[in-house]
Amino acid sequence: MKILVCISVVPDTTTKITFTDNDTQFNKTGVQFIINPYDELSLTRALEITEANGGSVTVITVGEADTEPVIRKALAMGAGDAIRIDAQPKDGMYVAAQIAEQAKIGGYDFILTGRESIDYNGGQVQGLIAEMLNWPLINVVMKLDAEGNTIKATRDIDGGRESLSVDLPVVISAQKDLCEPRIPNMRGIMMARSKPLNVVVASDKNDYTSIASYELPPAKSGVKMIDAENAEELIDILHNTEKLF
Amino acid sequence: MTEAEINSLKESGKGKDTYNQPDFYNIDDLLSDEHKMVRDSVRSYVKRELSPIIEECAQQNYFPSHIVKQLGEVGCFGPQIPAEYGGGGLDYISYGLAMQELERCDSGIRSTASVQGSLVMYPIHKFGSEEQKRKFLPKLGSGEMLGCFGLTEPDHGSNPNGMTTHFTEDGDSIILNGAKMWISNAPEADVAIVWAKNPDGIVQGVIVERGMEGFTTPTTHGKWSLRASITGELVFDNVRIPKSNILPKVTGLKGPLTCLNSARYGISWGALGAAMDCYESARKYASERHQFGRPIGGFQLQQKKLAEMLTEITKAQLVCWRLGNLMNNGKATPAQISMAKRNNVEIAMNIAREARQMHGGMGITGEYPIMRHMMNLESVVTYEGTHDIHLLILGMEITGENAFT
Ligand SMILES: Cc1cc2nc3c(=O)[nH]c(=O)nc-3n(C[C@H](O)[C@H](O)[C@H](O)COP(=O)(O)OP(=O)(O)OC[C@H]3O[C@@H](n4cnc5c(N)ncnc54)[C@H](O)[C@@H]3O)c2cc1C
Repeated sequence: MKILVCISVVPDTTTKITFTDNDTQFNKTGVQFIINPYDELSLTRALEITEANGGSVTVITVGEADTEPVIRKALAMGAGDAIRIDAQPKDGMYVAAQIAEQAKIGGYDFILTGRESIDYNGGQVQGLIAEMLNWPLINVVMKLDAEGNTIKATRDIDGGRESLSVDLPVVISAQKDLCEPRIPNMRGIMMARSKPLNVVVASDKNDYTSIASYELPPAKSGVKMIDAENAEELIDILHNTEKLF
Repeated sequence: MTEAEINSLKESGKGKDTYNQPDFYNIDDLLSDEHKMVRDSVRSYVKRELSPIIEECAQQNYFPSHIVKQLGEVGCFGPQIPAEYGGGGLDYISYGLAMQELERCDSGIRSTASVQGSLVMYPIHKFGSEEQKRKFLPKLGSGEMLGCFGLTEPDHGSNPNGMTTHFTEDGDSIILNGAKMWISNAPEADVAIVWAKNPDGIVQGVIVERGMEGFTTPTTHGKWSLRASITGELVFDNVRIPKSNILPKVTGLKGPLTCLNSARYGISWGALGAAMDCYESARKYASERHQFGRPIGGFQLQQKKLAEMLTEITKAQLVCWRLGNLMNNGKATPAQISMAKRNNVEIAMNIAREARQMHGGMGITGEYPIMRHMMNLESVVTYEGTHDIHLLILGMEITGENAFT
């Protein structure tokens, strides 16, 4: 089993988001980048599966050189090697096309992604890769096991759960609860130094969208505290000021 | 504590620890990506496994022995020991950062790791035979075995040279007699590195193993400090030990003192971790707690406290970073380590006390970590050379005069 785990490099969840260039560029200054949390789950589960059944785990990122510290973390967690496709990840189509091409070259038979990246929340890459490779996709999976060449996956559906079984090759995207993300240990961090991180030149692919502008959600207004005894004041505000009824 | 209690604490405490270290001088710029990864790893581990349970462990005076294996898995035992011997193969700054993150949680947890890494694995690695290294180090590194370090005796603390624990020779064995006191990890330890006098009165290191006849480890009760760490005695009553358990490559007090240097170095980072936790708690509390119609952080007296805390923390961060580089180059002197240990523990104690006052009445409860840090630091200022002893080491370094005796 040759697993390829797609890693998206995203701003830490506590980042204060700002924009530049007339609100068309995300301001990276001072931002801490991390492995997309859903990708951390898919990587952890991939490692668990190969540790139990044999096989290899390669991580792949479409990103520029500044993503390498984050890729090293994926290697420290236990991935055997990494591929960085040297390009700015423009849109889902572009990223998927780059990854699909490398997946063919490398002869992988199992691709794992997160359900979405927590920055742009596109959630498209897994579907596009599957389509480009003509493989099946099981999306938003919260339980995953492998028996030989057969993959068993469970996913939440409206009001219940669905368990599926599929033969390799397949693309699967991870949802929370899949596993507890692995924390890299000291030995893994040391070993990651010498693991291969192969940089490949991006091939010419189209990006079909461009960002016109970003907008932050309106600032939350402060909380107004009203004394427990003053229910009338509260009703007055809700009725006359906020005009909720 | 039962497994169920621990799991329910972990469940209810999930995500509550949002600690991030103060970094006023962008000292992170001086760290490598690898250093930061080490810190993140230990911090993530602490937040997931330790923060939710530590207060209850300390309140109940309970040593969470299940974490020994976890600490081994994360690599907190001897991160600076080469990987082939069960360590992490990283540098001294990584080791320091790991100790800082652990002590940010609790000095007792850091003590368990310091003892295992610097006082048990380190002497076996530095002074042990190849056979001893292969036999003990991988299991100590993984947390399969827990170790302790016996130097202090009931009548000989600051003056270890006066020790009376001794051994005689008998064929291929030695016969060990005496007692050690205040020994961290002792009651749960599988092995003890014991410093004792040979028939010529010269100090040597001996690996004493659990189960050897005549070797017992009674627990020390009633501590108000390091309550989540376990402390005990080592009692040797005609313990027969194979000579192959003697550490062959060192004689004299240099042996234990070399180990203490490595551990004290880790403590200087650790104490700073405790200080930063107190500071962060106080900083948050100062913005949340209102009196006289405004946050208490708006009053000059509270601002002075916070400003002085951050100043001392920043100085100590620089001391740690510089000392770490000296350690990496094999150039740190014992006196330099003494200065760092002494200073950083002192500022941590002062910061804990000021932070406690800033929390008002809340500061004395287990809702906040302050009082626990404050009590823990009373041990940290005493063990591994008391505050006074480090002053004398520095005094001797400066003047060339020995003021110990
Ligand atoms: C929780 C805890 C865990 C410990 N863990 C370990 C362990 O794992 N292994 C181990 O071997 N030891 C351990 N210790 C022991 C610790 O190292 C000793 O307590 C310490 O070295 C001081 O020794 P003492 O308690 O006998 O105090 P003493 O040496 O009796 O000192 C009492 C006071 O006299 C002062 N004093 C002593 N000599 C001088 C002098 N020449 N000039 C001026 N003042 C002086 C001291 O500074 C101190 O204030 C631990 C202690 C504690 C509290």
